Amino acid sequence: MIDIRQVTKFFDKKKVLAKLDLKINKGETFVIIGRSGCGKSVLLKHIIGILKPDSGEIMIDGRNITTMSERDLNTLRLRFGMLFQGAALFDSLTVGENVAFGLIEHQSLGKEQIYTLVKEKLALVGLESIEDLMPSELSGGMKKRVGLARAIAMNPELILYDEPTTGVDPIMADAINNLILDLHSKLSVTSIAVTHDMRSAYRIADRIGMLYQGKIIEIGTPDEIKNTKNPVVRQFITGSAHGPIAGHT
Amino acid sequence: MFHFFYFLGRYCLKAVDNLGRISMLFLETIYWTVTPPFKKKNMLDQMVKIGIKSLPVVLITGAFTGMVLVVQTYYQFHQLSVESGIGAVVGFSMTRELGPVLTALILAGRVGAAITAEIGTMKVTEQVDALQAMAVSPVKYLVVPRFIACTALLPILTVFSDFTGIFGGYLVGVKMMGIHGTFFLDNLKFLDPSDIVNGLVKASFFGMIIAIVSCYRGFIAQGGAEGVGRATTISVVASCMLILVSDFFLSVLLF
Repeated sequence: MIDIRQVTKFFDKKKVLAKLDLKINKGETFVIIGRSGCGKSVLLKHIIGILKPDSGEIMIDGRNITTMSERDLNTLRLRFGMLFQGAALFDSLTVGENVAFGLIEHQSLGKEQIYTLVKEKLALVGLESIEDLMPSELSGGMKKRVGLARAIAMNPELILYDEPTTGVDPIMADAINNLILDLHSKLSVTSIAVTHDMRSAYRIADRIGMLYQGKIIEIGTPDEIKNTKNPVVRQFITGSAHGPIAGHT
Repeated sequence: MFHFFYFLGRYCLKAVDNLGRISMLFLETIYWTVTPPFKKKNMLDQMVKIGIKSLPVVLITGAFTGMVLVVQTYYQFHQLSVESGIGAVVGFSMTRELGPVLTALILAGRVGAAITAEIGTMKVTEQVDALQAMAVSPVKYLVVPRFIACTALLPILTVFSDFTGIFGGYLVGVKMMGIHGTFFLDNLKFLDPSDIVNGLVKASFFGMIIAIVSCYRGFIAQGGAEGVGRATTISVVASCMLILVSDFFLSVLLF
């Protein structure tokens, strides 16, 4: 479904992605792991077309999104949903208005229909009766779940998760992992998650890829990654301060 | 010497870069302003925030500007025994210059800062990215309502400012300085409709400047709360400078 070819991206003079290649299959859950600041969120934003690479191509269902017009990109984005790291809920809108945002902007549904769909999506993520609350009144975990409800409101084919368990307690992290697995099976979607939470990665992934120095250096199933002999990957997954990965990025 | 030219060169390049990007944002805003669908609710919300809530400060600014204009001009005019002409001075000054410019400067501080802070906060918390991810143009959703509200409402607020300025000037001139009320009002007859209309054209242009500059500064904010604060300050200063510079050129063109 997604074929990333030789993608390079600079921010000022810093090379964040360096001729990165990656293929993601339809229907799978692919997790990208890597250190903080290594470019995982940047890669995710390239897939949804918010960022454009300095060189390389990103093919989605055979179409090169790096040369697409904004109008065509927007048509493609209607098939995607994204959960941002801090949920990125719109501060001036209620929870209900946030979840309904895509439905209001892109579909001509009646108020009752929208209300029913919002309740349904919030119920899918385990939330009820919070439609009238403002984002500032929510806990971190609730914000993530509302963000997820908003991401799935338009029944996307591809869901992108940017650090879904970062900033929440371990119990909530596990609840979010369960949600991701649940949604994957109920909605039959392709999922791409970026995280440095290995417990989450092992739980939700069909395949895991490690991003290091701008490239994907290893791809494998969770078991293959757990048993990897690659010293860089081994240092990361064991959380050791000693090894080939430098102490700071 | 090398460092001086290096920094001068860098500054000039940055200024040209910003000018180019602001021009692109302006063109994109015009495109989305005339491209359906049109979101009336967003626009009305902005009109309330920008227009109705700015009214008290605009009325006070206008009133005190007219009042101080009379105080400052009375003694010179009295020495020449032409104090009855002060009505015309207040009328011309308020409608052609002080009404549009001071209203715009006040709004640059009040509204421009708020727009930059709001959009800047949305930028640093990825809400702008979330709009794009949901196939919604951030320019259409965020900039267009503010652009229409500022462009349409600044002339209306200027009318209020002109009115309270002339009224405030009348009160001070007649009640404090002893100018004959009839003479003050008679001199307002020298005002041409074009004086008022051209002043409102200037105000509309200033409204566009405030909207585009403050939205642009919000979109390029980075670096968390400090970055948003910095962007807000730059937005207000840049808007004020552009208002004053464009005022000169518009005055030459229109009057």
